[in-house]
Amino acid sequence: MSISQKLSPFHHTLSLSLETFTVNASKVSLHLHLRMSESAAAENGYISLSEFSTMEATTMSQSDKTSENGLNFKATELRLGLPGSESPEPVDERFLPLKSGAKRVFSDAVNGSNKWVFSPGSANDAGSGSGSVKDHKPGVPVKEKNSSAAAAPASKAQVVGWPPIRSFRKNTMASSQTQKQGGDNNNSNNKAEAKSGPELCLYVKVSMEGAPYLRKIDLKTYKSYVELSYALEKMFSCFTLGQFGSHGGCGRDGLNESRLTDLLRGSEYVVTYEDKDSDWMLVGDVPWEMFICSCKKLRIMKSSEAIGLAPRVMEKCKSKNQ
Amino acid sequence: MDRRFPFKVLEHIFSFLDANEDRNSVSLVCKSWFETERRTRKRVFVGNCYAVNPLKVARRFPKMRSLTLKGKPHFADYNLVPDGWGGYAWPWIEAMAARRPLLEEIRLKRMVVTDECLEKIAASFRDFKTLVLTSCEGFSTDGIAAIASTCRKLRDLELRECNVDDLGGDWLSYFPETSTSLVSLDFSCLDSEIKLSDLERLLSRSPNLKSLKLNRSVTLDVLEGLLRRAPQLVELGTGSFSDELDPEEISKLTKALSELKQLKSLSGLWDLLPEYIPVLYSVCPRLTSLNLSYATVQMPDLVDLLSRCSKLQKLWVMDMIEDKGLKTVALCCKELRELRVFPSGADLDEEDVALTEQGLVSVSEGCKKLESVLYFCVQFTNAALVTIAKNRPNFRCFRLCVMEPFAPDYRTQQPLDEGFKAIVERCKDLRRLSVSGLLTDKAFEYIGVHAKKLRMLSIAFAGDSDLMLHHLLSGCESLKKLEIRDCPFGDTALLENAAKLETMRSLWMSSCFVSFGACKQLSQKMPRLNVEVIDEHPPKTRPDSSPVERIYIYRTVAGPRQDTPEFVWTIHKNPEVGVSRLSTR
Repeated sequence: MSISQKLSPFHHTLSLSLETFTVNASKVSLHLHLRMSESAAAENGYISLSEFSTMEATTMSQSDKTSENGLNFKATELRLGLPGSESPEPVDERFLPLKSGAKRVFSDAVNGSNKWVFSPGSANDAGSGSGSVKDHKPGVPVKEKNSSAAAAPASKAQVVGWPPIRSFRKNTMASSQTQKQGGDNNNSNNKAEAKSGPELCLYVKVSMEGAPYLRKIDLKTYKSYVELSYALEKMFSCFTLGQFGSHGGCGRDGLNESRLTDLLRGSEYVVTYEDKDSDWMLVGDVPWEMFICSCKKLRIMKSSEAIGLAPRVMEKCKSKNQ
Repeated sequence: MDRRFPFKVLEHIFSFLDANEDRNSVSLVCKSWFETERRTRKRVFVGNCYAVNPLKVARRFPKMRSLTLKGKPHFADYNLVPDGWGGYAWPWIEAMAARRPLLEEIRLKRMVVTDECLEKIAASFRDFKTLVLTSCEGFSTDGIAAIASTCRKLRDLELRECNVDDLGGDWLSYFPETSTSLVSLDFSCLDSEIKLSDLERLLSRSPNLKSLKLNRSVTLDVLEGLLRRAPQLVELGTGSFSDELDPEEISKLTKALSELKQLKSLSGLWDLLPEYIPVLYSVCPRLTSLNLSYATVQMPDLVDLLSRCSKLQKLWVMDMIEDKGLKTVALCCKELRELRVFPSGADLDEEDVALTEQGLVSVSEGCKKLESVLYFCVQFTNAALVTIAKNRPNFRCFRLCVMEPFAPDYRTQQPLDEGFKAIVERCKDLRRLSVSGLLTDKAFEYIGVHAKKLRMLSIAFAGDSDLMLHHLLSGCESLKKLEIRDCPFGDTALLENAAKLETMRSLWMSSCFVSFGACKQLSQKMPRLNVEVIDEHPPKTRPDSSPVERIYIYRTVAGPRQDTPEFVWTIHKNPEVGVSRLSTR
């Protein structure tokens, strides 16, 4: 399970590239073309959207194609259509004219009510909810145009690595915004202050005894200790060689106890974190929400070294487990 | 008559050649020129650490004193390359330590550097002077301590945006107790607090220190004391600029800053509070470089500061500067050569966006020496791009990031093809270009036709078809690095232009429509390319038609690398062997 995959349930999904976008007095026409080999399309059981266009747009795109000889586009081009339909049908509202100047939302997220959502290949993407999800998906960018600007903030999803800002800068801005929120309100004219929250990432470094390099993870992509522990295990399993517990493979089903308490109980390694007061604490004690607010850094260390840590917490765990 | 120049004469002539491009050309002329050049090259640059074997490099350049290496693809900066991909510095350090113990400078970018590497450097190169690590990871402050304590002639220690395992602040105390030869020290990327007394003492015994970049944990109240100990600074990166100071402290700090008579570059300024702007007034008139990209101050305060910086050549700032602020820059900073405007993360959905294309237009009008731009903006127009191109045909680097993917010209709803056409047509010296917004294949046709000096091109969410890639690969003669994400093309253009790839350093494509079969074909066709498939969600079976998540193709004389992680497949040259590691899935 990779870091980037965890960033958003809708990440790396598919977008349709816009070929022509013409505006005339009455209508906006959209051309949605999906390029893909037809065998792969059949294999994936494509559910596709119908394509619609004004006459002029169609002619335009046709002539574009015929002028491009040498590269056989027709053969590789797949037109979109609703299941079972051959001819273009009126498409639903999402693709109707945008007012010029209306904010367009780039949204990978198409929620479960829409049937044509594609998700990247992985069984881990439980959130997508589409029956047509297969294991290997093309890396097709999907674009949904949302005609109602009001819906924009809600459906705004995050794309990996976009906009292209270095993580160092992202992390710096993220932490300065959370600092400002916690502090006084003297800088109330600072716009940036009000805008932190769900869109920000909470990158923390994760290091481990004996590992040659650090990882960084975004705590906001996990919703519970279970998810976090699974991700950590996956990330560092090559170093522990199964010491994170012999329950390596069976973790996908729902667990009764948090895996972290399993870790704390039995194995050689424990997960600790540095909190806002620069104290090192054992992970798993406080409620998840509180944890992500106060965690600055994670470190996986040997149990023997963790004994001096927050003994109260250790005892608390012991008493829980007995 | 022996028409060849004597070796000594050639050697003398070649000693005037600094640029490695020139040296590379010279070494192709004939064997004796190759030999002479290689014996005289002191600064070695390897743009892709996997393009060549480290031992071969060590053997070829016996007088090597400086080594610069780059590892991961550029898009690793934006989390598009999974951790563990590669770029390990160790084989290089090991090779150099064994054969080139007189090496003095090592500069690494986007590589994995371990504490072991740093310890090896410290132990092996007795005259070691310069260590610059940019966007590197894998080491801790222990490794830095090793360098500090052992490299007695250390001049430069710069950690630029590295991911360091910060085990605490006492590495500073490891520098030699007697005076140090430090000229530049940059630890701005470290998290933890350092011991103030260690730093103060270090400054007191480093009379040659010209560049000091503190980390954020150094608070404002201690800055004055540090500056008093280093009044000769030319470059200063402050720590956090937001603590409460009483009037006396403010006045002392102002005085200390005004004593920095040689200060030309200022950065840091984390969380700069508006009330401290006057403190900086005294240094402004001399500044040639100002990095305000972490200073969260609003436009009026920025204008207040920038209107005093008449000598400014390089400005990094956030979009809080707004169009109005950039107008001031256009008026006051006539020497400006480089401008970067970063997004502050303010909500993009607001109707009244204060930083628009107008800001860049103003700067392009007013700043006649402007040649390098990085501009993040919500939306743009063709008209603005045309105007900018007309104003500034001297652009060498133009990177525009319209943050809304597929955003057209917001006035005309047209793609931004015509705008970028103007840029590449007029800016004949353009070396680096990043495009964004709604772009059709036409835009890339223009780029292919006009951008003859373009070396690096970055593309995201653009184009319609394979034609786009075809235009670029068949048109851009000087293209060396091409990186593409989320564009709708794949196999055809890639295979038709395979030969071009050997003239380039690398090609990165992610979330495009490249099939596994095409990768195999390309690899078989071009044995001197490494075709690496990066796939974190590999399918159970991999038929030829299945698409791949990411590919990274680069020319190499070192063959497929041996250190690929499990999610990277290098296609074997021998088709019978197939793809390495396929069977583990």
